[in-house]
Amino acid sequence: MNRNIKDTIVESITGICVLVIIFIIVSILAITIIGGWPNLNWAFLSEFPKEGMTKGGIFPAIVGTAIMTIIMAIAAVPFGVITAIYLAEYANEKSVLAKTIRFAVKTLAVVPSIIFGLFGLGFFIGFIGKNMDSLFSGGELRWGQPNILWASLTMALLTLPVVIVSVEEAIRTIPRDMREASLALGATKWQTIRKVVIPGSISGILTGTILAVSRGAGEVAPILFTGAVYFSSHLPHSLSDQFMSLGYHIYIMSTQSSNVDATQPIQFATTLVLLLLTFSLNAVAVTLRYRIRKKAK
Amino acid sequence: MYKVPGRIKNKNKETLQQMASFNKKKFRFSDWLAEKVIKAVAFLSIAVVILIFIFVFREAFPIFKMDSKSAAPTETLVQESYGGAETENSKVKTVDNKIASSNKKQTSSDKPSTSLFSNTWMPVSDNPRYGLWPLFLGTLKVTLIALLFAAPISILAAIYTAMFAKPRIREIIKPVIELLAGFPSVVIGFFALMVMATVLQNIFGYASRLNAFVGGIAMGLAAIPIIYTLTEDALTAIPKTFIEASLGLGASRRQTAFYVILPAAVPGIFAAVVLGLGRIFGETMIALMATGNAAMISMNPFDSVRTLSATIGAEMAEVVFGDTHYNVLFLIGSLLFIFTFALNAVAEFYFKNVVIRKYQSKK
Repeated sequence: MNRNIKDTIVESITGICVLVIIFIIVSILAITIIGGWPNLNWAFLSEFPKEGMTKGGIFPAIVGTAIMTIIMAIAAVPFGVITAIYLAEYANEKSVLAKTIRFAVKTLAVVPSIIFGLFGLGFFIGFIGKNMDSLFSGGELRWGQPNILWASLTMALLTLPVVIVSVEEAIRTIPRDMREASLALGATKWQTIRKVVIPGSISGILTGTILAVSRGAGEVAPILFTGAVYFSSHLPHSLSDQFMSLGYHIYIMSTQSSNVDATQPIQFATTLVLLLLTFSLNAVAVTLRYRIRKKAK
Repeated sequence: MYKVPGRIKNKNKETLQQMASFNKKKFRFSDWLAEKVIKAVAFLSIAVVILIFIFVFREAFPIFKMDSKSAAPTETLVQESYGGAETENSKVKTVDNKIASSNKKQTSSDKPSTSLFSNTWMPVSDNPRYGLWPLFLGTLKVTLIALLFAAPISILAAIYTAMFAKPRIREIIKPVIELLAGFPSVVIGFFALMVMATVLQNIFGYASRLNAFVGGIAMGLAAIPIIYTLTEDALTAIPKTFIEASLGLGASRRQTAFYVILPAAVPGIFAAVVLGLGRIFGETMIALMATGNAAMISMNPFDSVRTLSATIGAEMAEVVFGDTHYNVLFLIGSLLFIFTFALNAVAEFYFKNVVIRKYQSKK
C-alpha cells in the first residue's frame, strides 16, 4: 500500500510540472490574444504610426520584418543547403574537417544572439561597410552604418544552423537504394545529388527555410544595432535604408516610449501579430517535419 | 568514393571500397568542381565562428593597449555625444594627437582596465567607471534563479512524458511544450514585463517591480523547452530492455523511472541543463525588459539587476565608435562568447564522448 501511495504522489508531482508548463504557455497565449484582439484590425495592419507613435498602425514594421527575413532567407538557405549536402553526402564522418564543421554549426546555434549583433556591428558595418564606403563613394557614409542589408546578413548567420539541421535530417531520410540506383545507371555523384537528393529533400529545405524565417522574424537582439530603428517615415527602398521590425517595435514601445500605459493596446496587438506570424510559420514547419519523419520510419 | 551503408558489416566495407576504386570513372570536371565548391561553402560555418572570434575580440582589444598610453597624464576630453556638462578647459587638445584624433576618452586618472575590477558600472559620467563586478553578480543571480526554476520543472515534466504518460497524451504534451520554443524572446519578455511582474509582486510583495526574480523566471521559460526536449530524448534513448527487466522484477513504474532510467540518463540530462544554461546566460531581450537594468551589488534576489548581455543591448546603440565604452562592451561580448563556447564544448565533447561512453556502454 505504502508503495502505491508513493507511486501516486510522485506521478502526480511530475504530472503537475507538465500542467504548470502548459498553463504558462496557455496563459501567455490567452493574455496576448485578449489584450491584442480588440485592437487588431485592417487599419492597424495597414497604417503608419501616428501622433508620435501613440496611434496608428504597424505597417512599416510588418513590411520591414518581411523584407529583412526575405533577404535573410536568400542569404542563409543556399549556404545552409550546401553545407547540409556536404555533411550528409560528401563528408567522411571521421574526418577532422567534418567534425569541425559540425562543431562550428553547433557553436553557431548556441552563441547568444547579442553576440551576432556585436559581430554584425564589428564586421559588416565597421569593417566591410567602412571599406566599401572608402572604395566606392570616397568616404561618404552609406554602407558604414546600420542598414537593412547588414541586419539581414547578421540574422542569416544566426539562422544558418536551423537550415543546416533541417536539410541534413531530410537528406538522410532519402533511401540509399535510390542513390544506388542512380549511381548504378551511370550517373555521377553530382548528377545524383542534383536529380535525386535535392528533389527528394525539398520538403526538408522548405521546413528549414520556414523555421529560419520564423526565428529571424522573432529575434531582436541581433538587429538592435545593425539596422532596426524606432521610427521610419517611409518603407525601406534600398538596401542601405534602416527599417522598422515587429520585435524591435514591441521592445521599444514597452520599455522606452514616453507613455507606456497609453500605448498598451498597440503593444499587445503588435505582440499578437508577431506571435501569430511565428506560430503559423512554426505550425507549417512542424507538420512538414512530422511528415518527413513519418516517411523515414 | 561513396559512403558505405552502415548496415553492411565492416569486412564487406573494405572490399566494397576496393571495388569502388577499381572501376574509377573518368575524370569529370563538373563533378570535381561541384565537390570543391560544396566543400568550400561548407567551410563557411567554420569561417564564421573564427570571424566572430576575431572581430568581437578585435574591438575589445584596445582596452588593454590603451593602458600604456594613458599612463602619461593627459587632459580630460569630455564626450559631447552624451550631452553632459561641457566645460571649456576640458576640451584642451591632448599632447598626444593620436589619442585626441581617435576620440579616445581619457577622462579619469584610472586606467580603463583597472576600473574593470571596481564595484561600479557607470560608463556615462564625467568619471566613467567600467566595473564589471555588479554585472557579473547580476548575471549570476538571474541565471541561478532561472536554472533553479527551469531545470527541476522541465526534468520532472520530461520524466512524466517519457515514463508515466499514455502514448496518446504524450503525443499532445510534447508538441505543446515544444511550442514554447517558438515564442520569440521579446514576446516572453513582454509577457514578463506586463503580466508576470505585477502578478509576482502581488504575491511576494517586494519593492521594485522589475527584478532578478521576475527576469530569472522569465528566462527560465525560455530555457524550459531546451532542457525538456533534450532530457526527454535522453530518457527515451535508454534501451527498452532496462525498463522491461526492471518491471519484470516487480518494480513499479516510479521505481523504474527513478532508480533505473534516471541514473542511466544522467549524462544526457546534464548536457540538457548545460545547454539550457547557455541559453539563459546569453538571453538579452528578456533581461533588458524584465530585470530592471540597475547595476548594483546586492545579494537580494528581489533587487533590480543588470546582466552582461542586457548591458550590451542597452548601451551599444548609444556609444561612439572606438570609444572606451564601446571597447568595454565588446569585451563583455567576448566574455559571453568564450563562456557559451566553453559550455557548448563541454556539452559536446565531455558529456557525449566521455561520460556517455562510460555510463551507457552496455547498450
